[in-house]
Amino acid sequence: MSDVAVAPARPRRRSLWSRFSAKSPVVLALLALVLGFLIGALVIIFSTSAVLDAWRGIFHSWDGLFHALNVTFNNVGAAYRDMFTGSVVDPPQFWHSLTTGKQWDYSLTPISETCTYATPLIIASIAVGIAFQTGVFNIGANGQAIMGGIAGAAAGSLVQLPAIIHIPFTLLAGVIGGLVIGAIPGLLKAYTGAHEVIVTLMLNYVIAFFLIFALLSTALQQPFQSNDISRTMHSSAQLAPLFGTASGLRVSYGVFIAAAVVIFAWWLLDRSSIGFDFRVTGANPHAARASGINARRVVVLVFLVSGGLAGLAGVVQVASTTHYIDGNFLIGNAGIGFTAITVALLGRNRPMGIVWGSLLFAALGVGGRQMQAATGIPLDLATIIQSVVVLFVASPVLVKEIFRLRSSAASGIQLATQGWGS
Amino acid sequence: MRVELRGITKRFGSFTANDRIDLDVEPGKIHCLLGENGAGKSTLMNVMFGHLQPEEGEIVIDGETVTFANSGQAVRRGIGMVHQHFMLVPVFTVAENVVLGFEPTKSFDRLDRKKAADEIRRVSKEYGLEVNPEAVVEELPIGLQQRVEILKALSQDAELLILDEPTAVLTPQEIEALMAIMQSLAKAGKSILFITHKLKEVRAVGDVITVIRQGHVVGSVPPTTSEAELATMMVGRDVILTVNKEASSPGENVLEIRHLVVRDDRGLAAVDDVSLDVRAGEIMALAGVQGNGQTELVEALAGMRKVESGTITLRGQDVTNKTPRQMLDAGLGHIPEDRQRDGLVLTLSVADNLVLNTPRRAPFARRGTRNLGAVAANAEKQVKDFDIRTTSIRELVSSLSGGNQQKVIVARELSRPLSFLVASQPTRGLDVGSIEYVHRQMVNQRNEGMGVLIVSSELDEVLALGDRIAVMHQGRITGVVDPSTSRETIGLMMAGATAGAAHV
Repeated sequence: MSDVAVAPARPRRRSLWSRFSAKSPVVLALLALVLGFLIGALVIIFSTSAVLDAWRGIFHSWDGLFHALNVTFNNVGAAYRDMFTGSVVDPPQFWHSLTTGKQWDYSLTPISETCTYATPLIIASIAVGIAFQTGVFNIGANGQAIMGGIAGAAAGSLVQLPAIIHIPFTLLAGVIGGLVIGAIPGLLKAYTGAHEVIVTLMLNYVIAFFLIFALLSTALQQPFQSNDISRTMHSSAQLAPLFGTASGLRVSYGVFIAAAVVIFAWWLLDRSSIGFDFRVTGANPHAARASGINARRVVVLVFLVSGGLAGLAGVVQVASTTHYIDGNFLIGNAGIGFTAITVALLGRNRPMGIVWGSLLFAALGVGGRQMQAATGIPLDLATIIQSVVVLFVASPVLVKEIFRLRSSAASGIQLATQGWGS
Repeated sequence: MRVELRGITKRFGSFTANDRIDLDVEPGKIHCLLGENGAGKSTLMNVMFGHLQPEEGEIVIDGETVTFANSGQAVRRGIGMVHQHFMLVPVFTVAENVVLGFEPTKSFDRLDRKKAADEIRRVSKEYGLEVNPEAVVEELPIGLQQRVEILKALSQDAELLILDEPTAVLTPQEIEALMAIMQSLAKAGKSILFITHKLKEVRAVGDVITVIRQGHVVGSVPPTTSEAELATMMVGRDVILTVNKEASSPGENVLEIRHLVVRDDRGLAAVDDVSLDVRAGEIMALAGVQGNGQTELVEALAGMRKVESGTITLRGQDVTNKTPRQMLDAGLGHIPEDRQRDGLVLTLSVADNLVLNTPRRAPFARRGTRNLGAVAANAEKQVKDFDIRTTSIRELVSSLSGGNQQKVIVARELSRPLSFLVASQPTRGLDVGSIEYVHRQMVNQRNEGMGVLIVSSELDEVLALGDRIAVMHQGRITGVVDPSTSRETIGLMMAGATAGAAHV
């Protein structure tokens, strides 16, 4: 009862840890990351036969134990080192470029790749995050992104325009593609009360099959091809690499679009009147109604915004990397619309949190490939680490317990899943 | 059964809800625990019932120290609890509810309904608690539902019965019946712990009154202690129980409700042909036990519930079936019944909550972009003007006490141009200081010529504030009377008698 609900007064004395954590949930995310890597290390230990063999020898002599520890650190260290050098920077290589001024393309490839993967992910995650903050569970970002990709590929390949018009035209086509698909669950929820989770989830399948259909249609299919691949976008519609095609670095002008989306999302959520309506509706739909907020309008609007941004993510991915869309694209595990849900959770639906979360996920994925190539440890380890991090971020109490944090950082953590109940 | 609490201390973080509390409940006695909301009564009960574990202190039953890890263990030691919010399954019968959790069964695990019903009849008869075992709980009036809760505790062989704010939802007549039951149970040797914040009740029924304040026991006193003395013990200072207000000088009607019919969520006519006028410069107090259509009436006024038929006129303008936005723009101030549900967004700051329903009004926003400077300036001003106790305007409103949360709502509503004010249960759960404050604000509005409609189930509040009192029962207005009317008359009207009949 209300007797218990009295807000606890602030503790007078706090440990350094808790002072740290109570102020910033960032610390919590970082601790979750540490746990992710620790558990990842355990997985490496138990799945690498060289390490296990070394541990079998520890009972023979002291040397055996040292040997086992040595092998363990070597293997785990090598895996994580490759992950780092493959996704951020390889220090000796970087130093070489710095001192000689040569091979910059080679030194910057890892970070360029990470940014390339992060760019559409940031946009898609923000699309999802905005919906979550409004209490709307948009599971359909993947479908919306696919539709954005289809529309973008069509606009980029079927029309001939000068680049200055063609690029905005292509992007706009992607936005509209996602927006139209987003409007369906929005309108259904607002006017019939259909649950958005069901509708968006099911639409993902519809759109995945529509993609196959579109790719096999004479209009969009790559000429003289029998498999499901679209026409290639004209260069006037492509988002060019930042450092020119000759550099070999894939990171494109798409990063500026992502940056613009981050700024837009910050303005929308923190500064705009409609964003205030979104947040009030998400935090307390009853109070929103009593305060004169039109719930239908909010639901439709947020789905338009979320769908439109997801569509933008799709078209940016197409226009900056492959320049065509094919049947493998954006479906299944590769679907950024699904990864975006996790990243939005990780970033607590905040624009900057999402940027860091996307960079982390992209780096784990890109670095994981390097690790797989160099050490033979499967790429799945990256997925395990990603999953563990999200698991811990979603259970702040557990992390606090593990690291013995006293004061409550949980008050700053909102579960992003409140949309389920509505 | 004799239950002693010795030095019970319960902390939540650094907040001490119970500080070395000693309590001694004797068999055959009604022990009253009196304290304001937030004094720590419910925490203490939850400790006693095994819901919470105390940091220090012990519970001693008949000389034996016990610890309860959960409420099941407490029940097995003979402690029964009647919760403020009933823990009954509405669609089950009385008998099914009473035996829930330890059902008598026949072969193949089938529920033995007859045995269950017999058990009810036995316990009912033993303690004089008449109730039909076959009746479905949701069809029973609240008073009888509570009786089922008591029966349930008794049939589990409770020797100590804890009643947590049992009178909050009852009519005056039902309260009297409950008190009679409590006395007969005590006579049968049961120990009773009666938790309340109402002074009249403890004096009427208690054998011992223990007053707690801010987690401490202030003292144990006999029921002969005067109300004023008890109130002083509760709040630690002299409290004016009445509201000082000058005679009203009402003007013309500002709110006219004509033949209003509003349906509740189940589709039943919760407001059934209600007509009511409120004049400028008067406080109309709408009395009645909760759940008699007041909530639906206010929701219809605020544009949050569809009007089936009839009209609502605000300052000569038809406002029937407008949206909440249109009602806000028409100048309707609304202090909602459930402030945390409808009035506030707990995860937003004090500053944001102070502009919750006017975020687009100049100067708070311009062309779609919010002016956070203006929002902050407004918040600083309101916090000062309305004495909202908060460490910062950026603090989440959830960290404020109930009284200060209500002040946020009052400040927000009264700081925008209003044509009419509706306040629903405006002081529920507030401490005495905040109650006085809210009451003074209502009277100030009325003195400035505003029409004010106050909905309250607290008779004291209705009598203290109202210039006229309308009584509502089962969706109808049973009468509009003068505040000099006796409590008994209003009590009868709350139970359905019309004004004329009640006087006889």
